[in-house]
Amino acid sequence: MALIETERDPARVEMHSHRHPRLVHHFESMEQQREAGTLGMWWFLLTEIMFFGGMFLAYTVYRHLYFDAFAAGSNVLNIWWGTFNTMVLIGSSLTMALAVFHAQTGNPRKVVIFLLATIVLGSVFLRVKYIEYNDKFVEHVFPAGDFRWPIVNESVRPNNIGDLLLMLVGAEHLNGAGPAEAVPEKPAINNASQTAEQAADPLMAGHVRMFFWIYFAMTGFHALHMIIGIGILLVLIVQTRRGKFSKEYHSYIELFGLYWHFVDIVWIFLFALLYLIDRHP
Amino acid sequence: MPSEIGAVHTNGDGGLNYLNNGHGLRSWLLTKDHKRIAILYLITVSIFFVIGGVFALLIRINLLSPSGLFEPDTYNRLFTAHGVIMVFFFLVPAVPAILGNFLLPIMIGAKDLAFPKINLLSWYCYIVGACFGLVAIIAGGVDTGWTFYTPYSTSFSNSNVLLVGIGIFIVGFSSILTGLNFIVTVHTMRAPGMTWFRLPLFIWAHYATALVIMLATPVLAITVALMAIERVAHVGIFDPSMGGDPVLFQHMFWFYSHPAVYIMVLPAMGVVSELIANMSRKNIFGYKFVAMSSLAIAVFGFLVWGHHLFVSTQSVYLGLIFSFLSYAVAIPSAIKVFNWTATLFKGSISYDTPMLYGLGFIGLFLIGGMTGLFTAALGLDVHITDTYFVIAHFHYVMVGGSLMGFLGGLHLWWGKMTGRNYPEYWARAAAVIQFVGFNLTFFPQFLLGYLGMPRRYASYPPEFQLLHVLSTAGATILGIGMLMTISYFIWSLKNGTRATPNPWGASGLEWHTSSPPPTENFLTTPIVTWEAYEFAPMETMDVLGYPGEPHTPAQPVHSEHGTED
Repeated sequence: MALIETERDPARVEMHSHRHPRLVHHFESMEQQREAGTLGMWWFLLTEIMFFGGMFLAYTVYRHLYFDAFAAGSNVLNIWWGTFNTMVLIGSSLTMALAVFHAQTGNPRKVVIFLLATIVLGSVFLRVKYIEYNDKFVEHVFPAGDFRWPIVNESVRPNNIGDLLLMLVGAEHLNGAGPAEAVPEKPAINNASQTAEQAADPLMAGHVRMFFWIYFAMTGFHALHMIIGIGILLVLIVQTRRGKFSKEYHSYIELFGLYWHFVDIVWIFLFALLYLIDRHP
Repeated sequence: MPSEIGAVHTNGDGGLNYLNNGHGLRSWLLTKDHKRIAILYLITVSIFFVIGGVFALLIRINLLSPSGLFEPDTYNRLFTAHGVIMVFFFLVPAVPAILGNFLLPIMIGAKDLAFPKINLLSWYCYIVGACFGLVAIIAGGVDTGWTFYTPYSTSFSNSNVLLVGIGIFIVGFSSILTGLNFIVTVHTMRAPGMTWFRLPLFIWAHYATALVIMLATPVLAITVALMAIERVAHVGIFDPSMGGDPVLFQHMFWFYSHPAVYIMVLPAMGVVSELIANMSRKNIFGYKFVAMSSLAIAVFGFLVWGHHLFVSTQSVYLGLIFSFLSYAVAIPSAIKVFNWTATLFKGSISYDTPMLYGLGFIGLFLIGGMTGLFTAALGLDVHITDTYFVIAHFHYVMVGGSLMGFLGGLHLWWGKMTGRNYPEYWARAAAVIQFVGFNLTFFPQFLLGYLGMPRRYASYPPEFQLLHVLSTAGATILGIGMLMTISYFIWSLKNGTRATPNPWGASGLEWHTSSPPPTENFLTTPIVTWEAYEFAPMETMDVLGYPGEPHTPAQPVHSEHGTED
């Protein structure tokens, strides 16, 4: 009884009317609401670090145990695609940061533009990842199924930006080079010299396979995060267009920005550890 | 009355509270109220507790005779189902998701947890994950043990490891989301005047638990995910035939699963701190030490996983370090126990049911903790690894600790949660029966283990039979005690007397609102002007005519808008 009366109490109704329309019932102020959201996001990202940490641990252990195999596996990865994707992703971080900036200054039109740009760049990243994965299937270095080592079927590997862009738009055949004949001029770094001795070592094949398993697990979980991120971006665009956000209320965009930057940082670590670290002559 | 922050006069028939504010299944399944979500958890977690308990009894029935009643393979599936259900679907969520969910916002004077939708999502994660577990059991069960040691679980076991793995992965997110909610709520939503060192120890314990949940559970998630993928795709990260390392799995698994023990016990310790303070009507002795010991246990908990690997490929030096660190956990644990006993000293102790559970906790946790020193000792552990000694030890800690804390808390706050009182006489009887049954079940297992009975065996040499029969008898008594508790709780929902706002004369914020509380917990935001556990002397209570009347703390509580009478 008292509760019902309280809710009808004019004093309280008046108090409620001062509340920002986006202030959820259980928070006292916008500042508190925003603080809670930000803190929650940082803690969530901490759990994400622990989540990827398990795989980084496996990577560290096996790289230590099977150094040669990891170096060989690492050299099969395509550094051009990796570099390209790193740049794409850093670019998407920039567009995301700009979207957050315009959200803070209350410019929804530009927020939509930059969120769209982020989606485009994220999709380019995933498209490249798909091409890379496909290469690994063609080369039979996908760890499950028909794994073969050393590589017998060296497929399309772009060696310059031109090849890269052609393949990106799916027009590699326009270049006159189908997958089967497009043998790179400089075949798979220095594998050729190692091939003979590696062929004699069946253990080596198993260990390279382990490298690729870790590669697929880590980049796969990373790509999953990208896909989820693009889904959330679509929702955010719809919400922005409907005018949900304002100068006073934009934490969703800010918080998603944190998530997106985190995913980028994970990729930068993956790129360094998987593509770069063993690429010495 | 100046102390009435909440709708103290709205309890009983006339008032609107969180239970009758909205009707129908829909209003429950889509609720964002932390109290209703706690009730949803209470119902579902209890169901899994009963299922896990039935499996426990089946295990004990099998061990009545040396040859065993079931096929060894069936027995493997029985103890795995018992372990998986009890650990992942009961012990981990029990205290935090039920009592923590219900009480944490009320105790700090907040209207709800910081993220109500995420809170509801966590319950659905629990349900979906638990369903995977159930389906796996119905489809034939799992025979790997709850630890899923590789390569057996990835390459050899012909059971539903994948389903259970998915289930645990999803349930893991349920507990991560709960932990996230707790941390953010404690940081950002404390009522005015509720400083960090005025927080009830229940909150400190849950805060420490949430830290452990957030840092450990993701590691389990990725471990189980890698195991599941490895099982499906036959890629070798844990499989030695492909160059993988099964011991890596053990490291990653115990990096979660040892801290998980503290996820189960720390919240129970928080409950016991409340029980002891409230039931002896004294400020807890060494409040800051008890609070900080929760954090210390949380931190140390991350550094001791290696004591599960004393006998698997670990170097003796690493073993020494882990042994030392495992001993170190005894320090904050002992701080808690000593401070509880010091609190009891010269207290006005009332032996109501919650207190019986509280004292039971201290007794059982003491035995569990002391035998923990045996298992932490590098040399001795080689002898008792994988014997019934370990089983008895972790049941004393996890069941004696977590379950006693859970039941004690449930009794203390039952009136607050449901608005009804449980029958005190039956409750005391059940508490004593459970204590006796528990000790009779697990104390013989220390002896069995010391004599060399290995765990996870469906049959045993005849000379062990007496101890096994004693243990089964104890399990039966324990089961009867549990059945009593479940029965009178359900009975009380309809037939129990109406609960008053503050039946124990306690001082926490949750006792300053009606039983059951209104939807937003308090009618006006409380302003806290008193320290935690500030109790009025007994004489004052008598003058005021306790129980039933809310008690006025030394400093009156100022509420922002006055009280509505």
